[in-house]
Amino acid sequence: MSVKLKALLKSPWVFHLSTGSCNNCDIEILDCLTPRFDVERFGMVLVGSIKHADVLLCTGSVNRKCIPKIKELYEQAPKPILVVAVGECSMSRGMFIDSYNCPVPLDKIIPIDVYIPGCPPKPEAIIAGVAKVIEKIKNSKLQK
Amino acid sequence: MAMVLYFIFFGFILTAILGLLVSWLERKVTARLQYRVGPPLFQPFTDIVKLLGKELLIPRGVSKNTFLLAPIIGIVGAMVVSTLLFVVNMYPDKTFFGDLIVVLYFLVLPSLGVILGGFASNNPLASIGASREMKLVLAYELPFILAVLAVVIKSGLAIKFGDIIAYQSQNGMFIASWSGVISFIVILLCAQAKLGLVPFDVAEAETELAAGALIEYSGPALAIFKLTKAMLFFVLPFLMTILFFGGFSAAHLLKSLFGFIGIIVLIVVVKNTNPRLRIDQALRFFWGPVTVLAILAVILAIKGL
Repeated sequence: MSVKLKALLKSPWVFHLSTGSCNNCDIEILDCLTPRFDVERFGMVLVGSIKHADVLLCTGSVNRKCIPKIKELYEQAPKPILVVAVGECSMSRGMFIDSYNCPVPLDKIIPIDVYIPGCPPKPEAIIAGVAKVIEKIKNSKLQK
Repeated sequence: MAMVLYFIFFGFILTAILGLLVSWLERKVTARLQYRVGPPLFQPFTDIVKLLGKELLIPRGVSKNTFLLAPIIGIVGAMVVSTLLFVVNMYPDKTFFGDLIVVLYFLVLPSLGVILGGFASNNPLASIGASREMKLVLAYELPFILAVLAVVIKSGLAIKFGDIIAYQSQNGMFIASWSGVISFIVILLCAQAKLGLVPFDVAEAETELAAGALIEYSGPALAIFKLTKAMLFFVLPFLMTILFFGGFSAAHLLKSLFGFIGIIVLIVVVKNTNPRLRIDQALRFFWGPVTVLAILAVILAIKGL
């Protein structure tokens, strides 16, 4: 494994994107930073700009208005970037599946690496999901 | 040739390593103060290596040269200051007239790099961040220079690091005098603003400006900015150690080391116990009470206290 990849796995900086969620998943994500769970142990930090990020954390059922913005953010992110979908809404649109405002699920718009189910998922589940991302990177095409 | 070696070894490699260690200390102490575990020892090194391996994006419509030159300007400023401080601390006779002023000028370069980069980013948030950084520089430079002036007056108008160190090794540390204590407090507050830490982190205010002036930077350019900040985190306490504790000399190495670590811990504690000021509050704070304190220190120094 190259030094570059090893460093990436040890300090994944997370950008948090809400695509119209009910804020429940967002609160659970913020819980991961609290003393009880403390993801900074693994070098994870929430960053404010997508250009600093290594992981794009998406929550929420994808609104019509959000779709171009999601594409734009994904294109602006410095590669390699990992995309994580948190919560039922960003996976299958949850209870908004018949809504006029949520035409497609998130994975029809950008490629997703890990899905974390739950409404909302527990902080433990989110940390486990990010651990899975790390496992996936280790075995994926990024390894050259 | 020897100077180039010093520049590369002491100015860059050693300062970067020590600076990253200090920034780890800052993160760890912050975490412990919040009852967290905190990052492992090599976390800042990992961050820098990771950022160096990422893609460097240049936004559309920016001046490419200015955008990429800004981080280099910042890091060169930090490197020059650190080289000078190391050389005068190891060989006090290698000092030259006015090296203190050179250091004061070069210490502005990291902030100047942030300002240039922010304005070159073609992003409204970055512009706001850069303009705040500029106002902050204007705010803290006045008390900072006045406090340094108090030290200069106290050491018999020596604008040389060598003379300041020699004076302190003969007549005791400046921190033990009234004007020394007051100017120490003033420089500590200015160092907080120079490092962009919490009471004065208006330029990088993460909750309102995303990442402020650095918002458009990614990959290696961001790594250089982060490294500059880490290096400054070592260089500023080092400068204060020289000005107030007489540098790291063999005679009182322990006292100076204690002072150095004490300065870092004070900075971290101030960071963790204060909310962020607005830019107008920061400006009023520096031009009001802090400048008055600095003038008081100068007057006391003239009186010989």
